[in-house]
Order: sequence, then structure tokens, then C-alpha cells
Amino acid sequence: MSLLRYESQVRPPLVDGNKDYHQVTEDICRPVEANPSKLWWIGFLISVALLIFGIISVVMEVTYGVGQWNLNKTIGWGWDITNFVWWVGIGHAGTLISAILLLFRQGWRTGVNRAAEAMTIFAVMCAGQFPIWHMGRVWDAFFVMPYPNTRGPLWVNFNSPLLWDVFAISTYFTVSLLFWYSGLIPDLATLRDRAKAKWRKFFYGVASFGWTGSTKHWQRHEALSLVLAGLSTPLVLSVHTIVSFDFATSVIPGWHTTIFPPYFVAGAIFSGFAMVQTLLLVTRKVLALEDYITIEHIEVMNKVIILTGSIVGIAYLTELFIAWYSASPYENFAFMENRVNVMSPYGWSYFIMMFCNVLAPQVFWSKKLRRNLTVTFFMSILVNVGMWFERFVIIVTSIYRDYLPSSWSTYYTPTIWEVGFYVGTFGLFFTCYFLFSKFFPVIAIAEIKHILKRSGDNYKEKMEGIEAEPTLQFAEEQLHGHH
Amino acid sequence: MGVKKFIVGNFYDEEVLFPAVKKTRRAGYKIHDVFTPFPIHGLDKALGLRDTSLHTAGFIFGITGTATAVGFITWALTVDWQINFGGKPYFALPAWIPIAFELTVLFSAIGMVLTFCYLCQLAPFVKKDHFNPRSTDDTFVMAIECTSKTNEAEAISFLQSVGAADVQVMNKETGWWIGRYDKDTIPFAKKAAVAN
Repeated sequence: MSLLRYESQVRPPLVDGNKDYHQVTEDICRPVEANPSKLWWIGFLISVALLIFGIISVVMEVTYGVGQWNLNKTIGWGWDITNFVWWVGIGHAGTLISAILLLFRQGWRTGVNRAAEAMTIFAVMCAGQFPIWHMGRVWDAFFVMPYPNTRGPLWVNFNSPLLWDVFAISTYFTVSLLFWYSGLIPDLATLRDRAKAKWRKFFYGVASFGWTGSTKHWQRHEALSLVLAGLSTPLVLSVHTIVSFDFATSVIPGWHTTIFPPYFVAGAIFSGFAMVQTLLLVTRKVLALEDYITIEHIEVMNKVIILTGSIVGIAYLTELFIAWYSASPYENFAFMENRVNVMSPYGWSYFIMMFCNVLAPQVFWSKKLRRNLTVTFFMSILVNVGMWFERFVIIVTSIYRDYLPSSWSTYYTPTIWEVGFYVGTFGLFFTCYFLFSKFFPVIAIAEIKHILKRSGDNYKEKMEGIEAEPTLQFAEEQLHGHH
Repeated sequence: MGVKKFIVGNFYDEEVLFPAVKKTRRAGYKIHDVFTPFPIHGLDKALGLRDTSLHTAGFIFGITGTATAVGFITWALTVDWQINFGGKPYFALPAWIPIAFELTVLFSAIGMVLTFCYLCQLAPFVKKDHFNPRSTDDTFVMAIECTSKTNEAEAISFLQSVGAADVQVMNKETGWWIGRYDKDTIPFAKKAAVAN
């Protein structure tokens, strides 16, 4: 095992500074144990204010009906479903980091996985709001579940992508929550054992489930993490695939595309990583965790952003080519007239999308810019703006001109309550994230300790001597040393 | 479970811990457990623990989920209430793959986490008697169980000789109870019943 886990000197350290195990605990627990800063309070109160605005918007919509939104005869899905797909997409990076990178043995994930998983959970919570409140008669929302009823029982349509969505999103939320929380238990036990205040002992005592750190428990915990990662990997791919089926299985020109599943998944990872960058750049600065979320982490995530951004770019071009190649006048109209034609009513949105998602991320070919925090922060915002417009383009430009030209005249702009609902989900997201960063360790303490001797700055030096040894001798020692 | 008597030694480096575990086992002492702040690969083997079968549980929960989804949808759409969706067959298996997959994952994940919590006795309001609070920070804590044959003084000096620091004799409850960490609630008298 040791041999397999040995990491080359060539790789830069993942934990900077001269740390030992206790120092790691101290560094990561400090923000949780200290009183919240002024900055935290300002951010938190702004988030709560946005959340209240969102609640008011939803109350308006429920009280007076979906007519409070500017959805019209052809545009039945507007901002709400755009926002739904956008938030679900953002949610994908967390599972990608925690599950797929665990299976690929990417050591750098340990610095960022906890915060990214939390982000996933909050983003999926936000996403779920949109289809639920879009139902209009939200008190009947439970109709989407297959339960014995007095209408026959008439079951839900298991052949419908919208029902697949119900199962996919709820499974995704549940599994992400379980994955996140089972990883948190040992770290909550660390906080419990350090606690001085009575309420902390109580709170972290309850939350850590009586964790002891027994070797057998760790063995099971490792097995659990690995299998949950194995389950989450196809799950994360399936979720956005199913979201894309909402569109792809229809016969609307612009939606009826077989490229949608991989294209949506790449876009989801793209926007998710951008959101992780936005959050972590602020988190590492405010909580002084630069030694754990290093510039290496930022750079490697920027590499993922340029990769997935380019995949998305190729998908855009493929769509255009296939629209032309299909020789279907309707497909052609949806792409060439409604999107690419900059003079068409929504042409501007297509070019914002192209600029933010395809052109702008190309700056990350430069190593210097990949490692520049200001550029990264700016780009992370730009990518998320671009990805919001991607969903807006897909939804609105495909349906605002249907087969009946007399219904073309209406230009769709959201009402204050549609905007308020969207802004409100930002409130929900950031309120949750602020609470998380205050009460939970934002970095997986146990996992950092686990990689410390392989990737810590001070231990890297010690490995230099060993690296000079002939390979065979090293292998012998490692194999017979521990077991 | 009950209260037992232990010789407890602390280690600060896993490079010292590994040989110590081996020597302790070779010397014939019964290691109750080693508490570590993070998972240490190979320690379970060194302690002679068998592999966990949690994976198997996950697989069984998973296929239960698949069977539930396919079975229920088949019954609902072909037996209980047939609906003609666009002239497609009632038994439309390809269209059920997404839900069958999601339920496989859902059942497997929930089942495994519950099994994990059951096996490790983890739940809210569960309290245990911890050997050393630093074992969730930077200390590897090895506990040797005392039997009627154990010579305490000898065991202590043995542990010190293999690199343990701050070796102590402790009476510890090995089970769990419903309790709170902000209150000292140990429901059992801390009197060691020395096992044979």
C-alpha cells in the first residue's frame, strides 16, 4: 500500500508550511471556535435579507398564482427552469471533487472537498425550489410521488423525464447529504473533544454520533467512503443527463438533440468548478486557510475549467453544424435565426454565452493567469454568468417563436417576483454557506492529516533522501516495513 | 460490555505505532483497540482485523433497490392501471432504466450508511467512554486489555519500551449509552470486572 501511495517529489506540496497533526487541527478549527468576524456578520445579514426577499417573492407567487411571473403562451419555462438547471449544474462540482477524484486518487481533492460537497447540497436545495414553486398549486406537490391514492390509484407516469427528474434530484440530494455527513462525523468528534463551552460539547457531542476513532470504525468508514464514491460517480453523471432529457426527449427544435447529455454534464462541471472557485477564494482568505487551499488547488481547478469550457464550446459548434446538416428548416431556424442572428430579439444572449463560456476561459492556457487570484475570481463569476445564459438560450430561444408566427410578438422579460425568487435562492445558498463555514470545519481535517506525510511541505523534504535510493531497494523497504 | 481494566499508551507518530502494534501482539498482549485521528492504511491488518463486509451489504441494498423499482413499475403500469402512452408497450423497460438506476443508488447509499452506523454504534445522543480526547487530534492511543494473567507493572514497562508515552492504567466502559457530552453521565459504576 505504501508504495502505491508514494508521491513523487516532482509534485508540489498540497499542504504548505511546517505543519504537524496538531497544527492542522488548530488551523482548521480556529474559525469554528472563534467568534464570527464583522465581515461574516455583514455577509450573513445580506444573505438573510436576500432570502427574505425570495420568501416574499414566493409568497406573492403562491398567493396570486403563476400569473405573477411573465411566462406567456409560448414561454412556459422562463427564468424558473433556467435557474433550476443552473443551480443543479453548480451542484455537480462537489460530487465530482469528492467522488470522481477520490476514485482517481487525486490527492488535491482533500483540501477542497468538504466545502465543495457543502456547496453541492446547498445548490441542490436551491435548484429544487424552482420546479416545486413552478407547479403553481404547490400544496399538491406531493402528487409527483407514487403513492396509493383515491384516483384509481392512478400512478405517476414512470415513462416521463419529468418524473425521472424527481427521482434523480431527490436521490442526488440524499446521497450527497449522506456522503458529506458521514465524512464530517470524525471532524465533528475532533471539535467535540476540543470544546470548552457547554453548548459546544452538547452540539458537537450530538452531531458526532459518539465517534471514537477506533481502527475498526475507520476501516468501515474508508469502505463506506469508497463505495459511496463509486455510487456517486455514475449518479452525478446520471443526474444532469436526466435533466438534459427534460429537453432532449421533446420534439422542440433546439431541444431535440442527442448531444445534450454529455454537453450538459460538461457544462455542469464547468459552472460547478467556477462556483467552487468563487467560494473558496473568499473562504481561504477570510478564514486564513491559504496553507490548505493553495495556489496549486486553484490552478488545477482552473485546468478543469478550461477543459470543460472547451468541451462545452465544441458542443455549441457541433449543435450548429448538426442544425445545418440536418437540413430541417425548423432546426435551422432555431439555431441560425433565433440564436446566431445577433439582430434577432434574443441574439444578444447567445453571444454573451459564447463569450463567457468559450472565449473568456481560454485565458487559462497561460500558467501565469491560472495562478493569478484576481483573474481566477473574475473568471469564476464570468463563467457562471455565461452558464446562466446558456440555459436561458436553450430554454427561451427555442420556445419564444413556436410554429405559429402570430404568437411571436411577445418579448419575455421577468417580473420583479421572478427576479426576486432567483435572488432569494442566492440568499438561501449563502445563508447556508455562512452557517456552514461558522459551525463546521470547511476542510476535512482527518483527510488532510492522512495526506500530510505524503504531501505536506515539511515532509516532502524528508522524502528527498529516500527518492535518491534505487527503486528496487525502496520498494523492498516499503513493502516489508509496515505490514 | 461492561467496565474493563486497560493499560493505555499514547503514540505521536505512526512510524512508531506500527512496530509497537506488532511487538505488542507478538508479546501476547490483547490489544483492545487503537484509536487514531485519521485512517491509517494497514493498521487494521496489523491488528489482525478481518476485512469489512460493508461492501457486500451495499451490493445487497443496491439490488433490492433495482428490484423494487422494476418490480413496482412493472406492476403499476402493466397490471394495476394500464395507460397507453403514445401507443408504446405497457412494459416499457428502457424508459424505466433511469428510475431503476436512481433507486439502486438510493437504497444502496441509505442502507450502507445505516449499516455503518449500526455496526459502529453511531447515532445522535450516543455517548461512549473515550480513552483520550487527543485521539481525535494528534495522538494514537493503544489500549491493552488486562486479563487475570496480566502483570500490570510489566505491561506498563513493555509499552514504554516500544515507544508509548504517558502509559496509564484505566477503567473504561466499553459499551455505549444514551447521554450528552456536556454532562458527566456514566450510568455504570466504574469498577473493573477483570475478564479471564
